[in-house]
Amino acid sequence: MRIGVVTFPGSLDDVDARRAVTFAGGEPVALWHADHDLREVDAVVLPGGFSYGDYLRCGAISRFSPVMTEVVAAARQGLPVLGICNGFQILCESHLLPGALIRNDHRRFVCRDQRLRIENNRTPWTSDYAENAEVSIVLKNGEGGYVADERTLDALEGEGRVVARYLDGNPNGSLRDIAGISNERGNVVGLMPHPEHAIEDLCGPGTDGLGFFTSVLRSLVDA
Amino acid sequence: MTEQRSEAKTRLDTVGVAATDPDHQQPWADLGLKPDEYANIREILGRRPTSSELAMYSVMWSEHCSYKSSKVHLRQFGDNVTDEMRASLMVGIGENAGVVDIGDGYAVTFKVESHNHPSYVEPYQGAATGVGGIVRDILAMGARPVAVMDPLRFGPLDAPDTHRVLPGIVAGVGGYGNCLGLPNIGGEAVFDETYAGNPLVNALCVGVMRHEEIHLAKASGAGNQVILYGAKTGGDGIGGVSVLASETFESTGPAKRPSVQVGDPFQEKLLIECTLEIFAEDLVVGIQDLGGAGLSCATSELASAGDGGMHVWLDRVPLRDSTLAPEEILMSESQERMMAVVTPENVDRFLEICAKWDVDATVVGEVNDSGRLTIEWHGESVVDVPPRTVAHEGPVYHRPFARPSWQDALQADRAEDLPRPATGEELKQTLLRLVASPNLCDKSWITDQYDRYVQGNTVLAQPEDSGMVRVDEETNLGVAVSTDCNGRFAKLDPYAGAQLALAESFRNVSTTGARPLAVSDCLNFGSPEDPDVMWQFAEATRGLAEGCRALGVPVTGGNVSLYNQTGQTAILPTPVVAVLGVIDDVTRRTPSGFVAEGQQVYLLGATREELSGSEWAHVVHGHLGGTPPRVDLAAEKELGDILVNASRDGLVDAAHDLSDGGLAQALVESCLRHGIGARVWLPDDLDAFVALFSESAGRAIVAVPRSEEVRFTDMCAARGFPHARIGVTDGRGEDALLDVQDQFSVSLGELRAAWSATLPAALG
Repeated sequence: MRIGVVTFPGSLDDVDARRAVTFAGGEPVALWHADHDLREVDAVVLPGGFSYGDYLRCGAISRFSPVMTEVVAAARQGLPVLGICNGFQILCESHLLPGALIRNDHRRFVCRDQRLRIENNRTPWTSDYAENAEVSIVLKNGEGGYVADERTLDALEGEGRVVARYLDGNPNGSLRDIAGISNERGNVVGLMPHPEHAIEDLCGPGTDGLGFFTSVLRSLVDA
Repeated sequence: MTEQRSEAKTRLDTVGVAATDPDHQQPWADLGLKPDEYANIREILGRRPTSSELAMYSVMWSEHCSYKSSKVHLRQFGDNVTDEMRASLMVGIGENAGVVDIGDGYAVTFKVESHNHPSYVEPYQGAATGVGGIVRDILAMGARPVAVMDPLRFGPLDAPDTHRVLPGIVAGVGGYGNCLGLPNIGGEAVFDETYAGNPLVNALCVGVMRHEEIHLAKASGAGNQVILYGAKTGGDGIGGVSVLASETFESTGPAKRPSVQVGDPFQEKLLIECTLEIFAEDLVVGIQDLGGAGLSCATSELASAGDGGMHVWLDRVPLRDSTLAPEEILMSESQERMMAVVTPENVDRFLEICAKWDVDATVVGEVNDSGRLTIEWHGESVVDVPPRTVAHEGPVYHRPFARPSWQDALQADRAEDLPRPATGEELKQTLLRLVASPNLCDKSWITDQYDRYVQGNTVLAQPEDSGMVRVDEETNLGVAVSTDCNGRFAKLDPYAGAQLALAESFRNVSTTGARPLAVSDCLNFGSPEDPDVMWQFAEATRGLAEGCRALGVPVTGGNVSLYNQTGQTAILPTPVVAVLGVIDDVTRRTPSGFVAEGQQVYLLGATREELSGSEWAHVVHGHLGGTPPRVDLAAEKELGDILVNASRDGLVDAAHDLSDGGLAQALVESCLRHGIGARVWLPDDLDAFVALFSESAGRAIVAVPRSEEVRFTDMCAARGFPHARIGVTDGRGEDALLDVQDQFSVSLGELRAAWSATLPAALG
């Protein structure tokens, strides 16, 4: 299975995301922001980082890159897309996901091992987790506070589209402790924490993040 | 008269004009030059310098760029390198950074540098561009930067200005490093009143490359093209090096804000990726980053190290501010710029890669065999100099130095004579007070603002003894780095203090299981014009050079920062020492925290009654006097061997260096790391207070699984190294105890509450 990982100018965790795909048993494919080409991948990861320096709004410039035209079109056709951190911000800016991510309420960048509950294990990115599984993966962001209007938040909750929620303390002021959400169809998932940094005991807080990558591979095989 | 003067001011000062107008008054003093230095420039050129030449000489001959006060002392680092030490040294002092061979065809480059004065003026940008500068140094060697570390020094935690300086500096270090995608794997945060008004921001970067990828800063091959690439040149940082690095901060005087550079980490990230792609296609002959002194430095150093000649069309430099004069363009310290020397046939491909990464690149010059650095501005010659006189043959000073008159009195005022706690309850209260003190408390308020995970190779990061990254995912080859310095020890005895900094850094690296290979240093001192300070500097460099020889680890490069003082008060002499080590298999690394119950805790090394300069004397008595702990480098080496072997052979599950706060602090940190308690019995032959709080060097604690105990103790005994079983790990969770038999016991919850509350309470 070919999993594309987009590199935007300023992407930082693209190499890590490709490594995570490899660890999960998939074939990582590097995608370039300036190409109108998804290289026939079966799923796409938009990795973390500071695309275009995040000098405007996070993700606001990347959404206009040529590759995003293709990602948006394919996502609407059901292509599994995972946006991690900056990738989540790009998905919101692209209107593939509702709401927005704003500066952390305490105004500082935060990097820590974060407890999460996986509340929706019916997406292609979370199907390998048990329902309400509690996991620990890396969180690192400066603008990770998820916000949306009350109606949107109620809809996300009501439709089971809150994919992951923070446990043991909200690290950034996200409304309703939301760490990740999906679109209505479930194929597009945005996640503020970084599962690609939790795939081996040696270089992270454990292997709890690997499930996101094994999930999509299994979903693609089963589909 | 007035009209004539304004006309002269706007007229371009060309080489021709300089030759025909020898008596023109020049502002050499305002640019920081001394009368004899200016006279020397006139003698070199055989005429007065043009204003552009004057700008170049003044900035390149500043203390910061020329090392004119420190050079004569720094020679000892090279003189003390033996053939044995040279074995793994691929590039030594003098390049952008030193390079060491770590085996399997890999080379590692690392360097620590200061950005102290700019960080006081503008904490965020000063610290940010400090990170940016050291990263470009590493990149310019041909390496991919893989990690950064930041040794920081601040004024007292409760001083109002610390609340301006510290959050800005920490946010700047994080803001820049995080955006570059470089894991921050460690560093220091130390508080002392001498750093109020003069914080220290030292920045270290580590880079990795293959042996054949090493690049050097030299312009050779007549006809080769000189390409300036990266950010456009603006007015930022003009005079920053000579103004900011050569003067002290007085309470009055003009605001210095305009001299500080502004960083653009996104541009630097593009520069990194673009440059690595250029290296991969082997497109450059020589390369240099633009840092302090900007184009003045890059052009003169490249030409000076090459075949000797270069011509530059200065008007081709892309500008952010079109009103800049040639002198300003030469002095600008705009960040995120590099200069490469490229053979003509590779220029197109070079520019193509830059375009792919949206990086501006312009051919601004050409290498020639004239032996001169010539610079023209719209067809007129504004610089014509022998490049070596600018870059490498600047002034050298033999500053007077003498042992301060107060040194004897300081050493006679011993902390061993101070009143000390006696009962178990007093010892417990002392412990709780110390773990909550600014220098010993939990630093995660700071380190949580740094991304330590990016790149996916971080094996150890703060608060471990050293940071460690994996270099090769297949073989698990890795490197470890630690930075250390106790400035109080250096004040009490600069020679011993520098060796203690080296010993601690060496010990921290070996504690994690890595074999120390090389040293980089950042020597932060007060004014070299003060003989007392110059004596501290001379003693510290001598101590460090001789210490490196004794431990067999060469100094590969570093940086000197002088004039760190406010008024007459110099900072504590602060020779920050970074040691880099190699570990064949990072899965064998030894972490600092206890990981399992029922393991034997051993204290390695000898404890003496050494309390002068200690954290206890500082916190409890506000005292600094006496002589620092005894230095025994042979014992340090032996301890290092034991720790590295124990790691390789799997004899220990945890190890932690003893330094600030002594045994008590080390036990607390090892317990709190994973919430595992310990029962401890102190050696019979020592006073309980001394056993807990003495800061004798050359010591570590280790946790040994029972199955390995005999092998471990046999190894220590065979080497004749002091080792005493002082306890056993016991209990898990916040109710578990650190129980010091016959003295006191305290729960991990109570310790953690004290240890972790300090920085959040002070900084919000």
